[in-house]
Amino acid sequence: MFEKLIFQSLIGLSFSMYLWLLAAGLTLVFGVLGVLNFAHGSLFMLGAYATFTLYGKLGINFWLSIALSLISVGIIGAILERLFIRRIYDIDLAYQLILTFGFILIFDDLVKMIWGGVAMIPPMPHFFEGNLSIFGRPFPIYNVFIIFAGIAVAIALWLILEKTWWGRMIRASASDREMASAIGINIPILFTTVFVFAAMLAALGGALGTPVRVVAPGIGTAMIIQAFVITVIGGLGNLKGAFVGALIVGILTSFGILLFPVFELFIIFVVMAIVLMVKPEGLFGK
Amino acid sequence: MTKLKTILLAGLILFLLFLPTFAGKYLLYMTIHILILSVFALGFNLLLGYTGLLSFGQAGFFAMGAYASAKILLVFPSLLAGMVAGMVAGGIAALILGYLCVRHTRIYFSMLTLCFGMMIYSIAWKWRDVTGGDDGLVGIPRAPFQIPGVFSINMESMGNYYYFVLIISLIAIYVLYRIVNSPFGLTLKGIRDSENRVAFAGISIRNYRLLSFTLAGLYAGLAGSFVPPLENTVTPPLAHWTQSAEPVMVTLLGGIHTFSGPIVGSILFYLIKDIIVRYTQYWLIWFGSIVVFLVLVFRGGIVIFFTERIWPLLKSASEK
Repeated sequence: MFEKLIFQSLIGLSFSMYLWLLAAGLTLVFGVLGVLNFAHGSLFMLGAYATFTLYGKLGINFWLSIALSLISVGIIGAILERLFIRRIYDIDLAYQLILTFGFILIFDDLVKMIWGGVAMIPPMPHFFEGNLSIFGRPFPIYNVFIIFAGIAVAIALWLILEKTWWGRMIRASASDREMASAIGINIPILFTTVFVFAAMLAALGGALGTPVRVVAPGIGTAMIIQAFVITVIGGLGNLKGAFVGALIVGILTSFGILLFPVFELFIIFVVMAIVLMVKPEGLFGK
Repeated sequence: MTKLKTILLAGLILFLLFLPTFAGKYLLYMTIHILILSVFALGFNLLLGYTGLLSFGQAGFFAMGAYASAKILLVFPSLLAGMVAGMVAGGIAALILGYLCVRHTRIYFSMLTLCFGMMIYSIAWKWRDVTGGDDGLVGIPRAPFQIPGVFSINMESMGNYYYFVLIISLIAIYVLYRIVNSPFGLTLKGIRDSENRVAFAGISIRNYRLLSFTLAGLYAGLAGSFVPPLENTVTPPLAHWTQSAEPVMVTLLGGIHTFSGPIVGSILFYLIKDIIVRYTQYWLIWFGSIVVFLVLVFRGGIVIFFTERIWPLLKSASEK
């Protein structure tokens, strides 16, 4: 029983990491720019498609494909921020959601137009093939890699925000935009870099999923709601909360599939709703 | 209401009444969809425009209405019974969930309604015995409009069903118009603009929000109940959150601070869709672009843009 518990948690943990990569950028953009970005899931999807094309179709090296995908989605993010997101910093939440929802429609259809609507899974890179044996059950090596990658990103994010000059500027402008601007931080440029960074995190999530998860239009919209609620559960703009929230939702999902295969999705939303009702400011909110 | 507005309105209603005499099946079908979306979005705007609460789970109540009406129609073929079932289902679901939601406002309210909407979606998707799972419910009859033993009107033709939807919708819209212009509607606006002042006046904000939420759910349920007899099927995507975005979109398109905004938005939505689909199957790219453009440029909505910018221009031109 205990072994089963651990094993199932590990499966959940690997799913958590995709959610975490998505939620991290979402919460960062909200915390710093004050924009709730529905289209963040689309950036995740674009990352997956880019890697699929480069690695799955063109046969480029796996790591190089991921790097190139991050760069291209980063560029798309920069264009998005410069031309559109920048104009909606201070407007009502409803309009922010609808504008970014417009981009979901655009990206979803664009992807259908370019790649077609068929679901696709590219082959696994050969150095990740095979399974580890955990309590006598096969556990894919790739999932182990995902778990470590997710944790590595978490540590890197923490180091960047706490230790680097850029991170300090981000924290300063997140807590007081005007004051930060007054002491000479170039807010518009900083915001663009934050948005690009968040876009690349989402793209990384999508890219890492390509060898094991289905690449299809709509994978962004399927994930974004869970990522949304994770950021709210964790406390809006709170990275630590987003990480813990992603763990909770990911592990819950894997147990839900095992124990209540029919109502797995339902249970996740019940838990999310309970947290929202009891502690709306989030588990780690102020 | 000004004289001109009355004339315009009368003209529109007359046009709608005589539409089946010259319009083909397709146009009637589209108009029914516009009416459905209008009723849905008007109810939604009672929450957003008048009460200041952005719900992102309205599709849940819409689907409740559709499924309830479908279930009734499958066992008891009476259009009226299906409609009432849809309204009741949407209203009761909204009353119960609203009780939990209206304690919160702003983003927390939106997220909570999003969660509840997705719960309803997951039930529709997975509870195969009742909802038919991802196949949905099929073979729903377009039952006659009847009270057994009293009267019965066949609804098989698109024209007859159009009249049914049109008349019920007009009644629903008129009732809502009276509601938002009643003391109750004014109180809701008061809550939207200044929560504290209304609370100091001794009014229970929560109860008013809950009533507004319930009414919005009722209207969503009513709109949903029109779907099964029209399409003969109901499927889970009706409850999905992307469906919840539809009333939000058309309401913002038309304008949230005018009563007619959601109706104008609904008409535009289907008009734009119909035109673009003729040229490309990837119509959402263009529709998405239009949405982005409208949010950036006409944030007040089309109706406000027309009445405040274009109308004075025309007026001053005609006076010269």
